Amino acid sequence: MATAASSNAAFFNQLKKYYSFYTGGFIAFVIILAILEQMGVTPKVLGYIFLAATIALYAGIGIMSKTADVSEYYVAGRRVPALFNGMATGADWMSAASFIGMAGTLYLTGYDGLAFVMGWTGGYVLVALFLAPYLRKFGQFTIPDFLGARYGGHLPRTLGVLAAIICSFTYVIAQIYGVGIITSRFTGLEFKVGVYVGLAGILVCSFLGGMRAVTWTQVAQYIILIVAYMIPVVWLSVNITGNPIPQIAYGQALQSVTAKEKELNDPATALGAAEASVRAIHKEKAKEMGDKLKAMEEAEKAGNGAAFYAEQKAKAEQKVADLKAAPEPDAKAIAAAEKAVAEFPADLGLLKAAWKKAESGAKGKAGPVAAHATAFSGKGAEKKVMKEAADKGETPSAEAIAKAKAEDEKASNDKRNNFLALVLCLMVGTASLPHILMRYYTTPSVRDARKSVFWSLFFIFLLYFTAPALAVLAKYVVYHDLVGSSFASLPAWVSNWSAVDATLMKIVDMNKDGLIQLAEITIGGDLIVLATPEIAGLPYVISGLVAAGGLAAALSTADGLLLTIANALSHDVYYKMIDPNASTVRRLTVSKALLLVVAILAAYVASLKPGDILFLVGAAFSLAASAFFPALVLGVFWKRANYLGAVIGMLTGLIVCMYYMYMTYEFFGINAPLWFEIKPISAGIFGMPAGFLGVILGSMISPAPSKEIQELVDHVRYPSLEGDINTNAA
Amino acid sequence: MQLTDKHREYWSRNLRLTAILLGIWFVVTFVVIYFARELNDIVIMGFPFAFYMGAQGSLIIYVLVIWFYARRMNKMDMEYGVHEGED
Repeated sequence: MATAASSNAAFFNQLKKYYSFYTGGFIAFVIILAILEQMGVTPKVLGYIFLAATIALYAGIGIMSKTADVSEYYVAGRRVPALFNGMATGADWMSAASFIGMAGTLYLTGYDGLAFVMGWTGGYVLVALFLAPYLRKFGQFTIPDFLGARYGGHLPRTLGVLAAIICSFTYVIAQIYGVGIITSRFTGLEFKVGVYVGLAGILVCSFLGGMRAVTWTQVAQYIILIVAYMIPVVWLSVNITGNPIPQIAYGQALQSVTAKEKELNDPATALGAAEASVRAIHKEKAKEMGDKLKAMEEAEKAGNGAAFYAEQKAKAEQKVADLKAAPEPDAKAIAAAEKAVAEFPADLGLLKAAWKKAESGAKGKAGPVAAHATAFSGKGAEKKVMKEAADKGETPSAEAIAKAKAEDEKASNDKRNNFLALVLCLMVGTASLPHILMRYYTTPSVRDARKSVFWSLFFIFLLYFTAPALAVLAKYVVYHDLVGSSFASLPAWVSNWSAVDATLMKIVDMNKDGLIQLAEITIGGDLIVLATPEIAGLPYVISGLVAAGGLAAALSTADGLLLTIANALSHDVYYKMIDPNASTVRRLTVSKALLLVVAILAAYVASLKPGDILFLVGAAFSLAASAFFPALVLGVFWKRANYLGAVIGMLTGLIVCMYYMYMTYEFFGINAPLWFEIKPISAGIFGMPAGFLGVILGSMISPAPSKEIQELVDHVRYPSLEGDINTNAA
Repeated sequence: MQLTDKHREYWSRNLRLTAILLGIWFVVTFVVIYFARELNDIVIMGFPFAFYMGAQGSLIIYVLVIWFYARRMNKMDMEYGVHEGED
């Protein structure tokens, strides 16, 4: 063991040296590009260089790590030091949604968006306390391996494989989708082409070297993504507050944002009065849309849906003709009307969805801005009653006020309950997603597995506790530099981004006063991270760096997920169930072939642009939490848990969770009433208890597990025992 | 493989530690969220308290909880002689 320890230490030092060189080299590369930019290289070329160079780098690491050894392929030879496994887990964990979307979500939703920040970090406490050390002691290759050994028989393993595939596949589609978006945005390639370019990038990492290659590229990707995230935020923080530590400095910005929010909501001030005039326009629009929707519903009831749709389409076309026939044709208005015809929703259902979206958008902007840090704001029913009465010069009855108050309180409590449920689902889901748990098989010892969870969360934490600061700083810029300034002198980043993509940035002078009001700005969440370099006045090369960081985040997560799916199929299904005598070469060939098939299938699904990516991600967490967590945790902490319990628990967890989503998520069109007002994304809140109950009841009605299995439980509970069995798979 | 009393004591101490740390996790997560509206009235350095916990405070505590658990358990392994080789 002494030699193993010293060789581990030597390996660790070697790694430190390699990655220090690598980080230095990467920084030098960025500096060279910055010089090239000053010499006049165009942003498009810089975008291509960034994309090509980083993918080539990952490919290089992937090829250098190629392996034909089973243990290297599945668990990187179990010699990844805690620190590096932490970085790899960080990259594995943080997806495009965390890197690009998180700060934007916080910008748009304030306190209510913090459910994601807490949920996606607090889950590691569960990983540390309940799973990582025990799984490491067990020491095989996959999560279904543990279920198979602990509960015996093929059924628990098969259910594990099934659940692993369902949640990893929904998740990987979202990642490949993110890869496509980033590649197409920064290189101008078409979305579909971007998806396949990204796919090539994913495959070169994992195809030749399995877990070993994925681990070492993920470490490299983590370094790029954290550098890319921090530079613009630190710069922005210095610009605004003069303090280079945004996580501390933003308290000051938050205070001034809160003060500004009060001013904007107060019609007695100049800014507030201008806001009020825009809100009135939004209110009218919302009403107009509401009337149109009512007309549509009536037409539908009368069975005239098709005719109604044709009429609306004709109206849009007529508008183009009218504009063209005007004495002085307005080119801008014609272009907008023509675009509306070209993008007219393809059927009645889509038209309805588009109108509903427009209605709720206008409604949202018609009301006062919610304060950023306020938790669970109500519906504003009380304020509405007071205001309406004041307009008429009356005092509202005590009864009306009480009723409005109760309404507000219920809305606020529902928000709180949903927040609690979502946080719990995200946390338990984190502790159940196979691609994360698998990473703790790769450390040299139980001891290192425990330390490694700490490093994992530490590296994830660096990004997650920066995102809320970025959101507030961006809000500061919008409230102070944008609101109240003139349309004639828009900052460059505003005009640039509104030209690129109207869903990210749209700004229209609705009340024609020549000044910008907050309610005239529409911002898409992804804008915040993407535009920060420009807002902070940094050169384009930093925007390229941010894109490279987003790409690294999406690629690394996709890698880990694809490997999980391919391993579940090749190791658990093929090797353990179909052909236990397969040779090493054959096992790896099967695994690589499956990886290729799964990757292409996922890219194909992603290229179809399936709706609502965020729901897919949330669903993956709820499903994982319901299916895996009870059986895994009770498997370690309750010796009495047995085969029947695991089967019933996993099945009921999965079924309850899927049933609730199916019944309530609007995509499926059933729209059954919600249970306790809980939204379908948190379906795991019902699946988890069902799963626990299933394991417990199922175990109680059938005999206790055999002595061998009870010994296995003791085996995983103690890092080392005298006369211990050895379950390490090689 | 026979478990001694010492082994059982190791496991029950592990369970106790796990329960305490889980309690801390529960308080900084769910109790703080439940009372977020009330706690936000307390403002420290410009941050409403519940907002600060959700954005940063609870995260710092999660990191510390995991750090403490790893340190404590790794020590306890040595104390009870259930540690792995020399590494």
